Amino acid sequence: MAGTAMTATFLAVLAGASLLAVTARRLRPNDRLPSLEGWALADRSLGPWWTWVLLGGTIFTAYTFTAVPGLAYGNGAPAFFAVPYTVLVCPLVFVLLARLWTVARRHGYITVADFVRGRYGSPPLALVVALTGILATMPYLALQLLGIRAVLTAGGMYPGGVTGDLVMAALFAGLAVATYRHGLRAPTVISALKAVAVFVSLTAVTWLVLVRLGGPGAIFEGAAQQLGSPALLLSPAHQPAYATLALGSALALLMYPHVLTAGFASDGSRTLRKTAVALPVWTGLLALFGFLGIAALAVGVRAPEGAAEAAVPMLVDRLMPGALAGLVFGAITVGALVPAAVMSIAAATSFVRNVYVEYVHPTATPKRQVRVAKSVSLTAKVGAVAFVFGLRDQDAVNLQLLGGVWILQIFPAVAVGLYTRWLHPRALLAGWGVGMVAGTFLVVREGFSPIVPIGTDAGSLEIYVGLVALLLNLTVAVAGSVALERLHVPRGADLTDLPPRLTVRRRPETGANNP
Amino acid sequence: MKPAVITPTRVVIALCLVAPFVAMLWVGSYAKTDPALMGIPFFYWYQLLWVPISAVLTMIAYQLWRRDQRARRGGGAAE
Repeated sequence: MAGTAMTATFLAVLAGASLLAVTARRLRPNDRLPSLEGWALADRSLGPWWTWVLLGGTIFTAYTFTAVPGLAYGNGAPAFFAVPYTVLVCPLVFVLLARLWTVARRHGYITVADFVRGRYGSPPLALVVALTGILATMPYLALQLLGIRAVLTAGGMYPGGVTGDLVMAALFAGLAVATYRHGLRAPTVISALKAVAVFVSLTAVTWLVLVRLGGPGAIFEGAAQQLGSPALLLSPAHQPAYATLALGSALALLMYPHVLTAGFASDGSRTLRKTAVALPVWTGLLALFGFLGIAALAVGVRAPEGAAEAAVPMLVDRLMPGALAGLVFGAITVGALVPAAVMSIAAATSFVRNVYVEYVHPTATPKRQVRVAKSVSLTAKVGAVAFVFGLRDQDAVNLQLLGGVWILQIFPAVAVGLYTRWLHPRALLAGWGVGMVAGTFLVVREGFSPIVPIGTDAGSLEIYVGLVALLLNLTVAVAGSVALERLHVPRGADLTDLPPRLTVRRRPETGANNP
Repeated sequence: MKPAVITPTRVVIALCLVAPFVAMLWVGSYAKTDPALMGIPFFYWYQLLWVPISAVLTMIAYQLWRRDQRARRGGGAAE
C-alpha cells in the first residue's frame, strides 16, 4: 500500500508540475497580439533544449512507458520492437520533419493539413488529412489517462470508486486550465520536469533492480524460466512482424498532429536536426523500461489477469523504498500530462484551421481563432475523461491501434508531397479511402490484432496491417495519378515554393532559411 | 553554374541516415542469444547498442550537413 513517503514524493512531483505550469507565460514571452501561432506553437520560438524535452516528452508518452514493459512482461521479445521503432524516428525527424518545418515556417502553416492545402490546392484532401489526424489523436489522448490510472492503481495510490475518478478529473482539469491560458508553453515547461523526473527515477530504479536481483544475467535467466526460454527470443516466424511494426510505427509517428505540433514549435530546421541527434537518449530510456518488464517477470510479479501493464508499477512498489516509488509514479503521471496537453492543442488547432476557418467562419480574426481553439482543446480533454470513465479500457487500446493504421494513410499526401507533386490530389484521396477501409477491415477481422498473415497457404508472412494498407494506398495513388494525368484532369495550384518534381538539380536552399 | 548535386559529402550523409534502417529492419541478423554480454542475450544488447550508434551517425550527418550548407551558401554568393 501507499506509504507516507511515497505519497509525499508523488505529491511533490505533481505540485512541481503545477507550479511550473503557472510560470509557463514567462517562456519566451512577447507582446504580439493573440494568434494561433502563439498559442499552439509557442510562436515557433523553442531552441534545441526546449525542443528536445518537448519533442521527446511528446513522443515518449506515459502510455509507451507502461505499455512497452507490460508487453515485455506478457510476451517477452516482441515488445522490444519499440527500440528499432524509436531509433528509426531520429533519421526521419532529421529528414522529413526538418523539411516540413521549413515549408511551414515560410508559409505560416500551423498544421500539416495547411501544408497539404497549399501544396495540392485541394481543400477536400486537406480536410481529410485534418480529420484523420483528429480521429487518430483522440483515442491516444484517452490512453494517457488510462496510463496514469493503470500506474496509480498498481502502486496502490489510486483511491477506489468515485474518489479516484474525482482525483483524476481534478488533475486533468488543472492541466486543462494551464493549457487553455498558455497554450503550448504549458506542456513545454512541464516537459522539462518530466525529463528530469523520468531520467532520475528510472536510473535509480534500474540500478536498484540490478543490485537486488544480482545483475542482468540473473534477471534474463529468471525471466526465461518464468516465460519459457524461446519467448525471450524472436522466432523466425515473428521477425517480419517485428520489422514491419517498427517501420510502420516510425512512419506513422511523424504523421501524428501532436508530434508535428511539437516539431513546428522549434525555432529552426537546424534546431530540429540537432534535436534528432539527441533524441535516442529517450529511446535508451524506453529500452530500460522494457528491461524492467523482463525484471518483473524474473522476480515473479503476478500482475492481475489482462493487466500486464501493472507489472512494472508492482515491481517498483515491491522493491523500491517509498520515496523513490513515489517519484516513479509522479514521473509517469507528469509524463502523461505533457503528451495529453500537446494532443489536445494539436487536435484543436487542426479543427480551427482546417474545419472552422475553412468551412464555417472564413473571416474569423486571429483572436477569435485562438478563442475557438482554446474551447475545443477543453472539449477534447473532457471528451477523453468521459471516454475513460464510459468505455472499457480495451476499447481505447483498440481504437489507438486503429488510429495508428489510419494516420499512416496520410503519409503519401504529406511525406511524398514534400518531394514531388506528381501524385494527383484525387488519386491521393482515393488511395486514402482504400487504405482507411482496408486497414480498418483487416484490423477488425483479425480481432484487433496489429498483425495480419499475408500470402498463400504455402508460406504466409505476418506483417503489420498499417503497412499493408499503406502499400494499397500508394498503389491506388500512383495508378490513379497515371490515369488522371492521361485524362488531363486539372489540379489545384501549388502555393508552396517547393520544387514540383524531384529534380536532379540543386534544391532551393532547404533548411538554409536563417541567413 | 549549379553545384553538383551528388557530392561525396551528401552520399555519406545519406549512408549515415540509412544505416539504422538496414541494421534495425534486418531482424534476422540479431535475433539470437549468442554472444551474450554479461548474461544479456545478443538480441537485447545489440539493439541497445544501436541507440548510441544511431546518435553518433546522426551527429555525423548533422556536422556534414552544416558544412555542406556553408559551402553551398559560399558557392551561392559566388554565382
